[in-house]
Amino acid sequence: MTTPSVNLSMIAPLALYLVAVMGIAIWANRSAAKATTAKGFVEEYFLGSRSMGGFVLAMAIITTYTSASSFIGGPGVAYKMGLGWILLAMIQVPTAFLTLGVLGKRFAIVSRRVGAVTVTDFLRARYKNDIVVVAASTALIVFLMASMLAQFIGGARLFQTITGYPYTVGLVLFGLTVVIYTSVGGFRAVVLTDTVQGIMMILASMAILFAVVHAGGGVANIMKTLQGIDPALITPYGPKNFIAKPFILSFWVLVGFAILGLPQTTHKCMGYRDSKSMHDAMIIGTITVGFLMLVMHLVGTLGRAVIPDIAVGDMAVPTLTMKLMSPFLAGIFIAGPLAAIMSTVDSMLILSSAAIVKDLYLHYVRKDDESTSPSTLSRMSLITTAVIGVIVFVAAMNPPSLLVWINLFAFGGLEAVFLWPTVLGLYWKRANATGAVLSMFVGCGCFFLFSILKIPFFGMHAIVPTIAIAFVAFVLGTFFGKPTDEKTLRTFWDD
Amino acid sequence: MSSKGTGNIRQANREAIISLVLYGLFFLWWYFSAYGPGDSDPKSYTFVCGFPSWFFYSCIVGYIGVSVLVWVVVRLFFRDIPLDGTEDRKEAAK
Repeated sequence: MTTPSVNLSMIAPLALYLVAVMGIAIWANRSAAKATTAKGFVEEYFLGSRSMGGFVLAMAIITTYTSASSFIGGPGVAYKMGLGWILLAMIQVPTAFLTLGVLGKRFAIVSRRVGAVTVTDFLRARYKNDIVVVAASTALIVFLMASMLAQFIGGARLFQTITGYPYTVGLVLFGLTVVIYTSVGGFRAVVLTDTVQGIMMILASMAILFAVVHAGGGVANIMKTLQGIDPALITPYGPKNFIAKPFILSFWVLVGFAILGLPQTTHKCMGYRDSKSMHDAMIIGTITVGFLMLVMHLVGTLGRAVIPDIAVGDMAVPTLTMKLMSPFLAGIFIAGPLAAIMSTVDSMLILSSAAIVKDLYLHYVRKDDESTSPSTLSRMSLITTAVIGVIVFVAAMNPPSLLVWINLFAFGGLEAVFLWPTVLGLYWKRANATGAVLSMFVGCGCFFLFSILKIPFFGMHAIVPTIAIAFVAFVLGTFFGKPTDEKTLRTFWDD
Repeated sequence: MSSKGTGNIRQANREAIISLVLYGLFFLWWYFSAYGPGDSDPKSYTFVCGFPSWFFYSCIVGYIGVSVLVWVVVRLFFRDIPLDGTEDRKEAAK
């Protein structure tokens, strides 16, 4: 489609960017090398020694949350559905203040008191139950691996579409980059690169929106064109009433309240330095996530007026980029979605690795032995992260259909498993292991069942009845189980 | 550094509730500004800054509004509290 020299000018800014990201990771690795105890190493490698400031925390949360779908999939649907789909996307504006505000300082205080480095650690301290821990770790590893795979596939396809290079080249380029920098630099590299990637995403989205509005002759003009194509494109309902109310309202659960269950974002709520960091992150995070959602989805919707005949929604953003931007700018733009993908994958990778090393190996095999040497642990953590990454990477070469299928349930599945045990564990004194176990299994089971059988719930997404049933299961289980012991109550509720 | 009896947990709980209230307010604004003026024939829409007014108010004003509100709420109601528990509490937790 394009000549090699054009391709090269597109690859150059991207390659430069990837090299910069690697540099950050190597720099971050120096902090991990300083750890002198096993506990110190684990806190550093899996949680950056709880040192995130406000800006980094905000970026870490929002870049983990905004993935390929915010840059490609979502705008693609907005292209087909018009302004109504932007209304849907804007449900995600409160992501940062909701997660940080609701889990809040209680989560940070408790995780420091019990030395929790992962969400599973937190659940272990609260419920003191092996089924909770093993189920949480398993759900985390399975769902996160499936999600990472989907992100890799999305990124490699995007790379192929825009540059014209084969699928594998893109996969090797950014897939290996993310695996290497995450393994080497740990959590600190994850959040530092997330910050750079977040800035990249903002710049990329602004550039493409400017190009689209300019090509369409201004917003007012574009609205007229859209109205000409289909008046439903400028209503909240979309063509053929696709975005009906029960459907869009379900998203207040799926990408709204229930994100309090996503371990990859809640994990970040353990890692900030002080109250001020959290306050700043709530503000910066809200501004940034809203900006990205609004701008990227506007690109999709408004793009319809500029190039009206793109058949596949996922092709909308890549096609607009190709047609409206110079190859060099397109090269910078593609760094945006790739940054979104890498910054989502790195957090999932470090969390899966933590689930294996910290939650399962250190606890069950080493019995939390304090004398485990930090250098052994360091080697082991690095290898575990790398191995998980390479497995996903190899799987993405020739995606196994089972994992691709599981990915469809990963987002909602994680919410169904983690939401109530996390939130109720934090705020309900009575909450106990029986409730948590019941809620996890019933929630996850219901979500798969409702989704596979496509049981209609008045036009709502399967996550809504799932979360409701998981709640009931939690409460019922809790009343059958034993009350929380005195010591746990003191740890969690005393000043 | 003693945080005993200073009501930090109560303050943290209060902040969580405030966040939820703000979330509720954002929902109400989102819902009524979109489905109020948006619920009519597109031909009768009024436009603000080129956008249909429902979109302008729900998505653009709503976004800017909630960002400002988060800032105000954090400045007014959120407190600096120590996140590290006292040493003796840490021991008790073991």
